[in-house]
Amino acid sequence: MPVNPSAIGKSYEPVTYAVGREKIREYARAVGETDPVCLDLEAARAAGYADLLAPPMFAVVYSAPSVGPPIFDPEIELNFAMMVHGGQEFEWGAPVVAGDEVTTTASVKDITEADGRGYYVFESVSVNQRGEQVCRGTWTNIVRGV
Amino acid sequence: MAELQAGAQIPEVRVTPDKYLTVRYAGASGDFNPIHIDEEFARAVGLPGRILHGLWTMAQVARAQSEAAGGAARLRRLSVQFRGMGVPEHEVLVTGTVREVAEGRAIIDTVAEQDGSQIIRNAEAEVAL
Repeated sequence: MPVNPSAIGKSYEPVTYAVGREKIREYARAVGETDPVCLDLEAARAAGYADLLAPPMFAVVYSAPSVGPPIFDPEIELNFAMMVHGGQEFEWGAPVVAGDEVTTTASVKDITEADGRGYYVFESVSVNQRGEQVCRGTWTNIVRGV
Repeated sequence: MAELQAGAQIPEVRVTPDKYLTVRYAGASGDFNPIHIDEEFARAVGLPGRILHGLWTMAQVARAQSEAAGGAARLRRLSVQFRGMGVPEHEVLVTGTVREVAEGRAIIDTVAEQDGSQIIRNAEAEVAL
C-alpha cells in the first residue's frame, strides 16, 4: 500500500503543558543532568533564572503529547505496529523554567516513501506563555513494509 | 568547560543505565511503551528484552554537548538518527568532534555507541560558545 501524502501541511489542536519544579528535578535525575541550574533553586536564581531551568531534552516532556494525534490520525494511515522512531531534531529558543506554560502545535511536515519504507515527518512548535518560541521539534517516524 | 576548536574532541560521556533506569525514565518522560519496562512483553514482540528509550540515549548525547560547552542552556540544536537499540546494564559511550566554529557557535559531529555498535549516529549539535 503506498503512503498517502494528502495530510502534508495539516495541523492539530495545541497541547498546553504546565512546567513543574519537581518534574524538572525528576527528569534531570533520570537523564543524569549535571548542570546545577536544573537541580538547585539557589543556583538557578544566582544564574538569573526565575526558577529551575528545564534541561534541553525536557522538550520531550512538553512536546511529545502533541505528536500523538498525527501518529494516530486515520487520514494518515500510519501503521503504528511497524513504526520505529528513526530520527529526531530539536532546535531551542527561549529558556523554559518551572512555572512556565508551554503550548505545542504539531503539524505534518512530510510523508514520503523510499525502498518500501514510509517516512512520516511531524513538526512540533512550542511557545511559552509570552508567545516566545522555546523549541521546534522534527519527529521522523519510519514504517517498514508500506 | 572544554576548548571547542575545529577538530577537537569533546570530553566523552560514559554512563551505564542500571536495571531500573527505563522505569524511572518512563515516569519522568511519560513514555510508558511496554517494550521499555516489561521484560515479558518485550520478548513477546521479538526483542532481546527491555530496550532503552531512544530519547533517553539522545539526552545523553545532549548532555555531552552541554557539558562540553559549559551548561544546559548552551545547547541550541541537536539532530540525531536512531539505529538498532540500546539495552540496560551495558555502558553507553558518547563521543564527538568539533566540525567548525563560527559566529559564537560550534557545530559538533557526535554519536552514541553501546558494545561497539552505534545506537545514535550521524548526530549534529550546535552549541553557543
